[in-house]
Amino acid sequence: MYKIVRKKELNPTVTLMEIDAPLVAKKAEPGQFIILRVNEDGERIPLTVADYDREKGTVTIIFQIVGATTELLNHKNEGEYIQDFVGPLGKATETEGLKKVAVVGGGVGCAIAYPVAKKLHDNGCEVHSIVGFRNKDLVILEDEFNAASNVLKIMTDDGSYGTKGLVTDALKALIDEGNQYDEVIAIGPVIMMKFVCKLTKEYGIKTMVSMNPIMIDGTGMCGGCRLTVGGETKFACVDGPDFDGHLVDFDEALERGSMYREFEQAKREEVCNLFKGVK
Amino acid sequence: MPNMSLKKNEMPAQEPNVRNKNFSEVALGYTEEQAVDEANRCLNCKNKPCVGGCPVSIDIPEFIAKIREKDFEGAYQIISKSSSLPAVCGRVCPQETQCESKCVRGIKGEPVAIGRLERFVADWHNKNCTEAPKAPEKNGHKCAIIGAGPSGLTCAGDLAKMGYDVTVFEALHLAGGVLVYGIPEFRLPKAIVAHEVENLKALGVKIETNVVIGKTIEVDELFEQGFEAIFIGSGAGLPRFMNIPGENLKGVYSANEFLTRVNLMKAYKEGSDTPIKKNSSVAVVGGGNVAMDAARCAKRLGAENVYIVYRRGLEEMPARKEEVEHAMEEGIIFKTLNNPVEILGDEHKFVTGMKCIEMELGEPDASGRRRPVEKKDSEFTLDVDCVVMSIGTSPNPLIRNTTKGLETNKHGCFVADEVGQTSREGVFAGGDAVTGAATVILAMGAGKTAAKAMDEYIKSKNA
Repeated sequence: MYKIVRKKELNPTVTLMEIDAPLVAKKAEPGQFIILRVNEDGERIPLTVADYDREKGTVTIIFQIVGATTELLNHKNEGEYIQDFVGPLGKATETEGLKKVAVVGGGVGCAIAYPVAKKLHDNGCEVHSIVGFRNKDLVILEDEFNAASNVLKIMTDDGSYGTKGLVTDALKALIDEGNQYDEVIAIGPVIMMKFVCKLTKEYGIKTMVSMNPIMIDGTGMCGGCRLTVGGETKFACVDGPDFDGHLVDFDEALERGSMYREFEQAKREEVCNLFKGVK
Repeated sequence: MPNMSLKKNEMPAQEPNVRNKNFSEVALGYTEEQAVDEANRCLNCKNKPCVGGCPVSIDIPEFIAKIREKDFEGAYQIISKSSSLPAVCGRVCPQETQCESKCVRGIKGEPVAIGRLERFVADWHNKNCTEAPKAPEKNGHKCAIIGAGPSGLTCAGDLAKMGYDVTVFEALHLAGGVLVYGIPEFRLPKAIVAHEVENLKALGVKIETNVVIGKTIEVDELFEQGFEAIFIGSGAGLPRFMNIPGENLKGVYSANEFLTRVNLMKAYKEGSDTPIKKNSSVAVVGGGNVAMDAARCAKRLGAENVYIVYRRGLEEMPARKEEVEHAMEEGIIFKTLNNPVEILGDEHKFVTGMKCIEMELGEPDASGRRRPVEKKDSEFTLDVDCVVMSIGTSPNPLIRNTTKGLETNKHGCFVADEVGQTSREGVFAGGDAVTGAATVILAMGAGKTAAKAMDEYIKSKNA
């Protein structure tokens, strides 16, 4: 069992939890993920590491409430426990040797983009962060990104905060202003990563993306997380989750990600109704 | 007088048309009378040929003699001297190619049903002797086991009995390895595995789940933590695919994923949190035991048509005869001498069919089996909405990628000698991680041999 030592609602649909998991905290690096089960008989879900404290032995996760498991997790409170927490899994994001990078985050993907930006910044890299949200209420980690970035652009779909527009608009503007990036790192919804890659390909800028497909074990055993990269089948859990975005078949990834959508929605409603009964 | 019947006592089983709709165990086990009657078929041969066919050398005629005397606990004590998981082996061992293949009674008629007797004895013990085994006195030396599958659990049990302080590290949330994620409930009830694991804990074995060696902790760190010898039993968990078009469509699973969802994550239970696609027609590609398990699970999940698609003939199938027969009885349709060439999908990328080509057998290949070759212009489409690829697995790379000095072969298997010693001092390995995908009992045999070698290694080091 793993204790929830801190819980914070970042916006109505996104929650931060700091979990007591010393073994994971000792090894975790930006870009890696963990797998958790909320309770016995629960589903295994992967979540990317948002932060870690090696001294305290804690790992921070930030999740959006999208299905039954995240709904259940969100009902757990500080001081309570979750059943399983295993990691760190996958390869860490490569930050070595990068001098100037644009980090692009979308929605809850910003939770994963942030530790990458922070690590780059700590290494002395010039970091331009572009973070996008649907509206003002959904903006997360603004102060954190501010502290870890030389330039921060906040974009909202409706213009209720920052600049109205898409992250690709801001990225294009920065590139057109003459910024020469060693690399662009894009983390967010698959569709966002797809369009970031389309843009950077035109400019010939290497772009890494963090894929988050459906998976079970996270150690290469099930193959459920497979995706096509450069015409080859790769497993996101052991070969990734970071891949060269110009080689990823995003359309296939989008389709595969929707496999259980109906089940997930029905299941989430079930859980919501359950809690309505209790409260 | 021995029982001279040419036939084994039949195994009581659920009716095929009942069991293919539930996940309860298929084979129900012998009654005491049936067990004693079957035990009477044993001729108690002096040279014990059956023992030579057992990878863990159980003294078979001895335990059968105890059954004859109705001393079932005595029989259990004899088996447990050699096997740590008798209730498991009695169910999943391929006895027909091991002990039973050497049985003198098999020359004329059927061999003694050794496997069914082993299962009877283990089940009798588990039902009647609830006392947990006592932990032996500790000798003060620490051993680490990587992977809580058949080889790791066996190695752990043997070392614990010798007095070692044993810790087993398991990547998943549950101990058992393939016994819990792969082999289905109806062939090996999970309560049996859990019971065997509890017995190990009673012996003092510590089991740390949710620890991925190579990620959470590296092998070298285990030595730093004071473990003197390490056994790697990480299995062969990486699924293979055919690399044909359409393999990434929605509804194509590896057998590992399909079985893990059903077994470990209990997707077969109503209300499970882990989803599995509901299918009407399923094609399982492959001809091994895992393929039979997947096909039989698919049937139980409600699929109307379940096909086994295998490129060779029925004769060449690597699955146990008993598994093939059970699958046939349950209504699985065998499409042998057929090979998939493409998986077809709709506009939403869900599977709608599998294009296959007929095969015929040509000259024998390197494996000695006749090589299947494609028949010209024989392509046809099988209407299915789910495909399960069950064409084998490879060893997991997580440990070899993070451990210096551990030699592996071109298949990614650890190189180990006959007692499990790897290229690195103090590191032993066994089971599928060394041999590639094989059987539960071979893995257990390797775990057992390695435990002995680890004991000798630690003793010689501290001498």
